[in-house]
Amino acid sequence: MIQSQVEASKKIQSKKLRAIVAKLGLDGHDRGAKVVARALRDAGIEVIYLGVHQAPEDVVEAALEEDADVVGVSILSGSHIELVSDLLKLMKEKNLSIPVVVGGIIPPDDVEELKKMGVYEVLGPGTPLRRIVEIYKKAAEECGRK
Amino acid sequence: MSDVSKLREKLKEWEKEVVEPILKKLPERKAKFLTEEGIEVRRLYTPAELAERNWNYLERLGFPGSYPFTRGPYPTMYRGRPWTIRQYAGYGSAEDTNTRYRYLLSIGQTGLSMAFDLPTQLGLDPDHKLAWYEVGKVGVSMPSVVEMDIVFKDIPMGKISTSMTINATAIEVLSMYIAVAESRGVDKSTLTGTIQNDILKEYIARNNYIYPPEPSMRYATDLIIYAAKNMPRWNSISISGYHFEEAGATPAMEIAFTLADAIEYVKWVLERGKIPVDKFAPRLSFFFAARTNLFEQIAKFRAARRMWAKIMKERFGAKNPRSMMLRFHTQTAGVLLTAQQPLVNLIRTTIQALAAVLGGTQSLHVNSYDEALSLPTEESVKLSIRVQQVLLYESGVADTVDPLAGSYYIEWLTDEIEERAWKIIDEVDRLGGMIRAIELGYPQREIARSAYEWQVKVEKGEVPVIGVNLFAEEEVPSIKVLKVDPEVRQRVIERLRKFRAQRDQTKLESRLNALRRAAENEEDNIFDPILEAVKAKATLGEISGVLREAWGEWRAPEVF
Repeated sequence: MIQSQVEASKKIQSKKLRAIVAKLGLDGHDRGAKVVARALRDAGIEVIYLGVHQAPEDVVEAALEEDADVVGVSILSGSHIELVSDLLKLMKEKNLSIPVVVGGIIPPDDVEELKKMGVYEVLGPGTPLRRIVEIYKKAAEECGRK
Repeated sequence: MSDVSKLREKLKEWEKEVVEPILKKLPERKAKFLTEEGIEVRRLYTPAELAERNWNYLERLGFPGSYPFTRGPYPTMYRGRPWTIRQYAGYGSAEDTNTRYRYLLSIGQTGLSMAFDLPTQLGLDPDHKLAWYEVGKVGVSMPSVVEMDIVFKDIPMGKISTSMTINATAIEVLSMYIAVAESRGVDKSTLTGTIQNDILKEYIARNNYIYPPEPSMRYATDLIIYAAKNMPRWNSISISGYHFEEAGATPAMEIAFTLADAIEYVKWVLERGKIPVDKFAPRLSFFFAARTNLFEQIAKFRAARRMWAKIMKERFGAKNPRSMMLRFHTQTAGVLLTAQQPLVNLIRTTIQALAAVLGGTQSLHVNSYDEALSLPTEESVKLSIRVQQVLLYESGVADTVDPLAGSYYIEWLTDEIEERAWKIIDEVDRLGGMIRAIELGYPQREIARSAYEWQVKVEKGEVPVIGVNLFAEEEVPSIKVLKVDPEVRQRVIERLRKFRAQRDQTKLESRLNALRRAAENEEDNIFDPILEAVKAKATLGEISGVLREAWGEWRAPEVF
């Protein structure tokens, strides 16, 4: 019994953290998302980079399929409130309770609104990569995935 | 002893007797000073540096308005005609955009630049399920000719020059513009403006493509051919480096990938259009970014002009000097805006705009200080226009042609950038041209690598960014931001439904069928069938839908 618990926890510990990084919506500005994807990968996180033109459904489907620990979405077109709200709604419907991190051009007032909606953290322009990596790791830890 | 060897001797003396003792007392700030390209900047430039490169005035510079156009495309430059003050704008509904345009014109803007929302750029009508989130967000929604009519209410289409940032749906949107102009008695042959129509850079950096590269190239080429025959005052393409720079390209990459794209377009038009190069090349135009690293940016613009002249003359045998002159629009670099201490952006954009003007731009957009946080407000846009006006009317920089020519540093740097850019073009050639290079992911990879390296340098503090890694402050920026009214979506969709209900269905269907046949027959030029469909009140989404069926959709390999 104890032995198997140890085994299980070992298994959890050895599992690499898995992060989805996606451009949510029709916005094509992918410099930030790609730089973040690479920084996460360099920090030992397994990155599933979905690329541009992802609908909320696509992101949720990928997160389930890939057994992701955290989801990062980047939006620079100003549609973050509607897109993220639908993403969170859909995640709830599918019983997917993993943290969502948002990046892009987000006006200060909307940062608060996104957090109220349940977004784990909003990382705007100028956020150091170190901090981005920390946030992803912390997000996954706090949600008990790793 | 020649003048240069005498100079070199004197320089050595100076280094030994003057500089060395000073360095012992006061070491320099850094061991190495590098440009953003990574070029090592020397302490001092003299005629010796130019002699090293066998620099020769007539061969490298010549005169403005003459080959190789290093000093500018026109003989008198801004003394004759100032650059066009052209702020990229558009959001919300056609009414909102019309209001913004009339405001911009009222405070001294001299040309229009249309921003379209993402559904319009991707060929989706606003009531499409993927479109809903984005209607009116980054530009105006343009599903039908009715919207275009509203955008240009009380704006004289026969007089104003209009630039349109539209690529995958360029022909649909230009057709709407033509249809509205014609309804007001303005013939298309008299229209002035520019359409971006540069699909290749979408695959490399901007990501607003619809179809696979080959049919997309046919589409872009057909527009160029149509304009060469029917719209003599219209720039049928704006070959863009701006988006490469924004995605992370170095200055040499920016101009090299742009010129390599241009080479591909020229090849396609020659092949498909069977028209001589001098018939269409004078209407090819360009678009670059201006960053804050002043001298390197000026050198970049000058190098690009000289390279294009050489490409057109030597590669394509152009005879008309207008085919060899590179004319370009500039936008200040959006990626250099900071969300932190946003007003500092005004200082950055002023330097960037100065680089564009000293580099000889034909038109200019200055980003607004609040754009790292949201779309610009009326107040912030006004300041962008004022930056341009101070440069034009107060600074004196527009009073003589290419004022920095002959600066030992500028000329040396122009040569350096040019040399590096040629190496990249050679590599594209070696891979078999730009389409092949894109398929292989070469430009995408180079740009992504450069973007990552830049970010790492910022984090290490090797690239100082005021307010971010230097002189940072704990702060929450409090500025007024522009929000798009969510009601816009409903208004646009309702108007579209009404528009669809009031059409001659038979005529519409026959035009869409004709379009389908043209799309399937590779020999046909696609422009006229699209224009005819627009005139029969087809929507943007319907036209694009026909083409999607005929040509398929492109899904890019993701490289990061």
